[in-house]
Amino acid sequence: MASIVFYFQVHQPFRLRRYTIFDSDTCYFDERKNEEICHKVANKCYLPTNRLMLELAERHKGRFRVSYSLTGTVIEQFRRWQPETLDSFKRLADTGCVEFISETHYHSLSFLYDRNEFVAQTRMHADLMEELFGQRPRVFRNTELTYNNDVAQVVDEMGFRAILTEGADHVLGYRSPNFLYSPPNCANLAMLMKNYRLSDDIAFRFGNRGWAEWPMTAEKFAGWVDQINGNGYVCNLFMDYETFGEHQWADTGIFDFMRHLPEKVLETGKNDFLTVSEAVERYPTVGEVDIPHMISWADTERDLSAWLGNSMQANALHDVYALAEAVRATGNETLIDDWRKLQTSDHFYYMCTKWFADGDVHKYFNPYESPYDAYINYMNILDNIRGRMAATAAV
Amino acid sequence: MRVLMLGWEFPPYISGGLGTACLGMTKGLDEIGVDVAFVLPTAVPIAETSHVDFKTPASVKPRPRAVAAQPAGAATETLEHVEFHRVQAALQAYATPQSYEQAVRKLIEQQKAVQQSGGEHSPYTEEPAAEAQPAPSMPSGTFVVGGGAHYGDDLMSQVQRYADLAVEVARTEPFDVIHAHDWMTFPAAACVAAATGKPLVVHVHSTEFDRAGNNVNQQVYDIERMGMHRADRVVCVSHLTRNLVVSRYGVPTEKVVVIYNAVQADNNGPLDLTPIKQNEKIVLFLGRVTMQKGPEYFLQAAAKVVEKFQDVRFVMAGSGDMITRMIRLAADLKIGRYVTFTGFLRGGDVDRIFRMADLYVMPSVSEPFGIAPLEALSHNVPVIISKQSGVSEVLTHVLKVDFWDTDEMANKILGVLRHEPLRKTLRQHGAIELRKFSWTDSARKLNGVYEAVCAARK
Repeated sequence: MASIVFYFQVHQPFRLRRYTIFDSDTCYFDERKNEEICHKVANKCYLPTNRLMLELAERHKGRFRVSYSLTGTVIEQFRRWQPETLDSFKRLADTGCVEFISETHYHSLSFLYDRNEFVAQTRMHADLMEELFGQRPRVFRNTELTYNNDVAQVVDEMGFRAILTEGADHVLGYRSPNFLYSPPNCANLAMLMKNYRLSDDIAFRFGNRGWAEWPMTAEKFAGWVDQINGNGYVCNLFMDYETFGEHQWADTGIFDFMRHLPEKVLETGKNDFLTVSEAVERYPTVGEVDIPHMISWADTERDLSAWLGNSMQANALHDVYALAEAVRATGNETLIDDWRKLQTSDHFYYMCTKWFADGDVHKYFNPYESPYDAYINYMNILDNIRGRMAATAAV
Repeated sequence: MRVLMLGWEFPPYISGGLGTACLGMTKGLDEIGVDVAFVLPTAVPIAETSHVDFKTPASVKPRPRAVAAQPAGAATETLEHVEFHRVQAALQAYATPQSYEQAVRKLIEQQKAVQQSGGEHSPYTEEPAAEAQPAPSMPSGTFVVGGGAHYGDDLMSQVQRYADLAVEVARTEPFDVIHAHDWMTFPAAACVAAATGKPLVVHVHSTEFDRAGNNVNQQVYDIERMGMHRADRVVCVSHLTRNLVVSRYGVPTEKVVVIYNAVQADNNGPLDLTPIKQNEKIVLFLGRVTMQKGPEYFLQAAAKVVEKFQDVRFVMAGSGDMITRMIRLAADLKIGRYVTFTGFLRGGDVDRIFRMADLYVMPSVSEPFGIAPLEALSHNVPVIISKQSGVSEVLTHVLKVDFWDTDEMANKILGVLRHEPLRKTLRQHGAIELRKFSWTDSARKLNGVYEAVCAARK
């Protein structure tokens, strides 16, 4: 038996407005653009895909099961601009076929800089999931699947049952991502690793006409999944939810593919779908994977270099976390929220200068003309935050 | 392949980037084994301390005759395939009236000497062209009238004179193709092409629209247009320029190619430079102080920077017709104490000022290419360039602004001055990016153009 474990990441950052050193107001975010993008992505991806997922959950009577992680920032945007989308996620939750996973509320890299902040944001997010969807998350995924042994240990101590990360070749070696593993020194934590080949076949290659396997059909893909049967337990398909309709446009046939995939997988009678927690309950872990260095699911390097690859990124990250104690001490909720929104990893991704290998992806998602503009803008805003702290302290 | 190259600037006689480009280009061509005979209008005496060591005549010959054989011992560095011909015409596009008068006076004196030793010399009266009327498309009257406001007086007759002399050089020189740089040499190029029937490549480093905005000098425009249409191939320094050539001059697109400029890789050894021990950051403007280069935007941005950051010095290096206005503007903006005007710099001084700079800004209103940002990068200086420049088509690791957006220019200047990590990242990636600009590569592309036009003639 091979079980497909789908996990979809749903995220939108609060993009910053153009903020020069001559600005002094506290409106840091490009409200118009954020709203516009939220509507656009909702119409192209979230709403139609949620409709499809709901349809599949009903048609297969509970045998089609998936997991989601929605960041705190995207939920705030839904609440403000797309309540309809949030409702459709709630309806998905009501089917009982969907699990919601926890992460840092602000999609941040706080683990690297401030453990207290990391724990606080994770709790915040778990509370939000429980409030919205009526289930306390038992699974954790760190921003962009950044992971090492230390992350696992902290998450284990917080009581989670499983953690997700990238099935990077350089950590797995000869081992297969199609089993469950355990991190070293963790009492209860299981680890699921992304099968990046099959995941990327859907997320990146699906609509590529130059790809040898194009056009990919549900039947063909179900066949590949079936090959895992006997060599593994799970097929971890982890991807951005925006794959459907946004990265892969509707005219590539991605929706039709997804519509037919469950029946093709299920009709073999040997394979099925599970949420992450169900996979952890059904299958044992087969060994320990030791990952001392940080890995992630980004770019070809599968490391932190997309967010922490040059001096600007290192400086901006260092500076935003340098304010942690002082900002939290103000007790000023708006200030704290603004500061936390500045921690969203996207801001640092925009400052990435390794444009050559992964240039296309980086440029596509970048609202700035250059990484240098992103850095200057960010640092100007951070200046303003510092000014506000000084003002609060003076009062 | 042997090229008759017609230019009007060559180091150390430069008023802009053209001379620098010609130097790099001829070095590149030399490296790939293309022979170049360079015809240069120098009536002005050669400075004793030329920093460029070429195989050049030690002095200007009294007769404007081709100098085929080089005097032995005159050269310290040899470019095997390049030789220089200096003819006497006072071509200085951006000359001020005073300097021009001086040059003309020198020229007249020298001509007197020529007349005493053999009389005035004209190819048309002395030996009529064998095959054709020389340059039938251009009656000499076209160029006689005085130039426009931004050109030196009587430039046109000097252009004509240069043409006459170039034809004479061409008659004694064997070559396969004519390569002419910018409008002042186009009449000469057309004459030589008509007289010899050789294919013509014109190289557009700048157009009248770049130099004069929309106050175009009709005569100059006509000459540019004539040269481009007469040419077998037009080489532009950027797509920005190519679009202008196609849209404003009506040149068929298939005739126009883009070859980017480059920068010389070898940046001579350490200069003896005592660093100024102070906290001031230096922001550099380097170029002609003319409308085209946007000096006023630099100063307006400077005033905004000074509001936020005072440990800074803005250096305006260069001369031009707007210099006095700029000095007044700095005073009006009350930033006089933050601004230094150096006047025109050349050679070692350019190197020195680059080394002192923390940031180079090129706020050009219109810049066909812009070699100076590449020079800044080669000195490890971070760069801000205007989006209205050809070089911005090919540079990624620089900051870009619209020249008129002085708020954003100030914002970026401050970003660079305040954040070392930004300077560091710009320098690191700039140095890597610079490697894609090589004169040898540009010369190879140029040679491809030569070969194509020569083949078309066969």
